[in-house]
Formats: sequence, structure tokens, C-alpha cells
Amino acid sequence: MATELGPTPVKEPASGGTPIHHGPKGVGEDNAIASQGKWASWLLAPTIVALAIVIVYPIISAIVMSFQKDAGLDPVTGLFTEGGPAGFSNYTNWLFQQCAAPGGGTVACPPGTLGSQFWSATGTTFYFTIVTVTLETILGFWMAIIMARTFRGRSLVRAAVLVPWAIPTAVTAQLWLFIFAFEGIGNKLFNTTILWTGSEIPARWAVIIADTWKTTPFMALLILAGLQMIPAEVYEAAKVDGASAWQRFRMITLPLVKPALMVAILFRTLDALRMFDLPYILTEGSNNTTTLSILVVNQIRQGFNSAAALSTITFIIIFMVAFIFVRFLGANVVEQQTGAGKGKK
Amino acid sequence: MTAATELRAEQDRGRKAAQNREKWASVRTYVSAAVILFWCLAPAYWMVVTAFRDVGYTYDTSLLPTHITLDNFRTAFDTSFGNRFGQALLNSVFIGVTVTVISLVLGVFAAYALARLNFRFKYFVLGFILGASMFPGVALITPLFQLFTNIGWIGTYQALIIPNISFVLPLTVYTMTSFFREMPWELEEAARVDGCTQGQAFRRVIMPLAAPAIFTTAILAFISSWNEFLIASQLSNDATQPVTVAIANFAGAQPQQIPYTAIMAAGTIVTIPLVILVLVFQRKIVAGLTAGAVK
Repeated sequence: MATELGPTPVKEPASGGTPIHHGPKGVGEDNAIASQGKWASWLLAPTIVALAIVIVYPIISAIVMSFQKDAGLDPVTGLFTEGGPAGFSNYTNWLFQQCAAPGGGTVACPPGTLGSQFWSATGTTFYFTIVTVTLETILGFWMAIIMARTFRGRSLVRAAVLVPWAIPTAVTAQLWLFIFAFEGIGNKLFNTTILWTGSEIPARWAVIIADTWKTTPFMALLILAGLQMIPAEVYEAAKVDGASAWQRFRMITLPLVKPALMVAILFRTLDALRMFDLPYILTEGSNNTTTLSILVVNQIRQGFNSAAALSTITFIIIFMVAFIFVRFLGANVVEQQTGAGKGKK
Repeated sequence: MTAATELRAEQDRGRKAAQNREKWASVRTYVSAAVILFWCLAPAYWMVVTAFRDVGYTYDTSLLPTHITLDNFRTAFDTSFGNRFGQALLNSVFIGVTVTVISLVLGVFAAYALARLNFRFKYFVLGFILGASMFPGVALITPLFQLFTNIGWIGTYQALIIPNISFVLPLTVYTMTSFFREMPWELEEAARVDGCTQGQAFRRVIMPLAAPAIFTTAILAFISSWNEFLIASQLSNDATQPVTVAIANFAGAQPQQIPYTAIMAAGTIVTIPLVILVLVFQRKIVAGLTAGAVK
């Protein structure tokens, strides 16, 4: 119910300015909808056309490209190879980590080449996604619960959480790179001598910590919006009935905040799956911090069509995750957005 | 002891226990609030402290500001090591303003339709726009890179503005849609009953009410364009790069040594205006964020 958290809550959702909307379905309604539909299509046309140009056209063109061979010099034979239809070979090469062999055909990509990194990049991407979203959900929930309480200085806390959110990710990456420098404040404060960007586990955790810092506020604010939708009387009633704090949390807070929570988790998950800025700047993709997005960007200059296939695979992965969320985990985004849950269907 | 006094003593004990519990709960709240404040502000504080610290004391770890100087801000704008931070600032402002204006002009109509009109496929359109905003930028970069290479647009402003519209416009539409939905549209009807034409009612009644919503949306749109890095890192050149790219590639006198103090100064410059803007319009921004639900 995130949408209902307006600065000036209105008692009733705006009716769309159609008086007939409230009445029983009359004869005029179909006509009214038809005429509004005409208006709506004129008003929506510029946005739809713009999005078609900047999103739909590139997707289609990426898919077309992904079925073409990359033209260019063969790295092994030094001969110029023509482009031409590739069938699914760009896709299968990524999935099975195959590279072109000198005599035609394919061999397993040698370690270190981009072609050999598909599954490790996929693994890294999911590792980052699962760990950061889990951390952010727990921390965000905790922050939201604190911010929902009344205490002096609450507005200060609510303002402070916006600070990490307002700092550009590129700056965040440089800031944490400095904090995690060998002689930096991070090692000093915790009295450690970790070479943060030097090996796999610290490098990954440097990215995870920076990402958690940057995006937990967003999560906390979304959950807070959900918490504020719960009427205080519900808690009072439960208290009177003798429910413990834990019971109140489990039986009231969790189920009632779940719609907002699921949307927050969905948004964060989709965002984490395309993570690029932080590992690209913070660790430059070294030590197993190369995400799928970084792999695509590295591939672009080595062959558009192969990169197009990889970006299409990435897109399909993200789309599937979104589908699973909406279909099976009940993250109903559109309903949240339209406020149809308010009983005005 | 009579039953009455016993009962009173019992009640007293109960009240005291409840008071104690409350006291502890409030202590816990304040401690938690302090932890949140520290977690959110300490790294940002460190950026600002470092920005004002003499470069010779880059790794000084005293927590209070020491060796205060403005040199780092001069270094940030210095172009002798190939950095073009000043130019990048102008580029980011130019790109951000252009993207925001285009998105607002297009988006305001769409948001009005989605918030106020009933039509078929409304859910489909909303779903499409939401999906568009969640669209991975990396899926756009390859075809755009090839297209812009072919038509010679790599490094031009339009090559940076057009991809940004792909995620700023959807964000604009649904943030404004949820703001518009909560506006008191009855006032428009009332104005018309009082003799305004539809145009007058819109200009005199609705526009002033919608202005804060549009302004908040503009801030959110500008911030998301200002923060964009992936596409800009591939499609810009030295002359057109935005600040995010300039900061990521910031070079020092020695290639081995990262000029952290200058980078933190640059980071402070690009962050402080945003932070002030966000804090001033905090309530509206939070409403817009949670309505739109975007990073």
C-alpha cells in the first residue's frame, strides 16, 4: 500500500473524477469509458512512443543482433571472418562456455577469457543479490520499526537515512574504496589488516557492505510506509488480548506489511541483479566480483553480437526472477501502484 | 492488611513494572536510533572530513577534522592530470536538466491519464511502464553502442540523454500518477460549478496544487539521471562525460596512487547540493520515493 502514503492522506482515493464511477453501472458508462479512452490514448501516446524508441527498439535490435555472427579478425588464425547468420551459436557459446576453434567448430574457452566467465558471473550476480537483499531486508525492517516509533529526534533519523540514498553510486564506490584502503579507516577502526580488494571473500564483502549501506534506506522507507498503514488500534486490541511483542510482530506486523515488503524486495532484487557501478569501480570486477552486467560491458568491444546475446540472456534471467516474484510470491506491483487493493475495483 | 490496601500495593507494583518496561523500551529506541544515525552518516562524514584534509595526511585516521585545507577542491578542478571535473559537472547538469524536462513534459500527460481517466488496458499500460523502469540498462547498452557507432553519435550529448529517458520517464510517470491520484480533484468540479471554464479550473486550481508534486518528481528524476553511470561510462568521451564517470576515472599525479582527498572533494561537491535538496524537501521526497518505489 505504498502508494497511499501521501503527504496529505485523502480520506477516499481520488475517484478519477467520474461521478458515474460511484453509481450502479448505467447506460452511459460504456460511452464515457470510450470517450475517456480516446483522451487517454492521446495523453499516453507521447510516453508510449518515447519508450518504444528508447526501450522496445533496442531490445528488438539486440535480439536480431544476437543471431548474427561477429565479423572481425579471427584471434587465432588472423583471418578476417565474415558475419552472417549464427543461429543460436552465440547463446550456446555463452551457456557452454565455448569459444571459436582455429579450424572451425568450438572448444572450451581458455580460463581468463570472457567466454569462460559466464557461469561464474551468473553465480557472483546471484550471490550478491541474495546476500545484499537479505541483509537489506533485515536491516531495513529493523530501521523501519525504529523510525515508526515516536521519540524525540525521529525526524532527524528519517532525514539521516536519506543521505546514503542521495549519494551517487559512483561516489559511494570511491568512498568505500577509500574506507577499505589498506591504511584506511576501516582496518583502523576494527584493528584488522585486511587487503579488502585483494582476494575473493573480502572483495565481495566490500561490495556487499557498500551496497547495503547505499540501499538499505530505500528498503527502510518502503517498509516504513507499509508499517504506517497499520492502524494503532489493531496493536492495542492485541495487547488487551495479551499478545506478546513477538506475537504481535508475527501475527499483525508481518502479514499486514507483507504487500509493501514484497514490492520492496522485488524492486531491490531486480536492481541487485543488474548491479554494475559498485563492483566495476570498487573492485574492477577482479577476485570473482564480475557480475553479468560487467561481463556484457567487457564483451561489447570484443564483439557486438556476442554481447547482444549475453545481454539478452541477462534480460531473460531478470525477467524470469521478476515473473517468479509476481506469480508465486505474491508481489503484486501493479495493484500496489494503482491502489486497487483499496477495495475500489 | 485489608484486601483494599493489598490490591493497591499490587497495582503500584504493576504500574512500576510497566514504567520500568517503558523506560527500557525508550532507552532501546534511542540506542537503536543512534546506531542508525551512525551507520548512515559516518561514511558520509568521513568523505567530507577527508575532502578538507591535507593530501599529505590522506591516511590520517583521527576522527575529527585535522589539517584542514581547501586545496583538494582546487585539485578536483585541476585539469593538468587529464581530469575534467568542471566540464563534467556542467555536462551532468545539462544532461540531467534535459532528461528531466523531457520526461516531465511527456510524463505529466501520461500520469494525468493514468490517475484520472478510466480506459481499457490501463493495467497493461501501468505494467508496461513499471516494467520499463525495472529494465536492465545493460540490455540497452549493446544495441545502442552499435547504433551510435554507426551513426557517429558516440560521445555526443544525445547519446547520453536518450538512454537516460528510458528509465527516468517511467519513474516520472508512476511517481506523478500516485501523486495525482491523491489530489483533491473535487476542487476542480467545484471551480467549474463556480463558473470557471475547464481550462481556468485547471490553471487556477489544479496547477498550484500539482506544483509541489511535479517539483518533487523533477527532483527524483534529476537525481536518477545525475547518478547514472553504466551507459555514460560506455557512450561518453572526455568532453561529454558526466560527473559519475569523471569521479570513477579520477587520475592523480602518480598512476599508482589514487588521489583520494581530491576524489572525496569531488564527491562532496556532487553530493552536498543533492543532500541539501533532499533534506529540504524530505517529506515530499519520501512520499514520492515510496509511491514510485525506485532507488
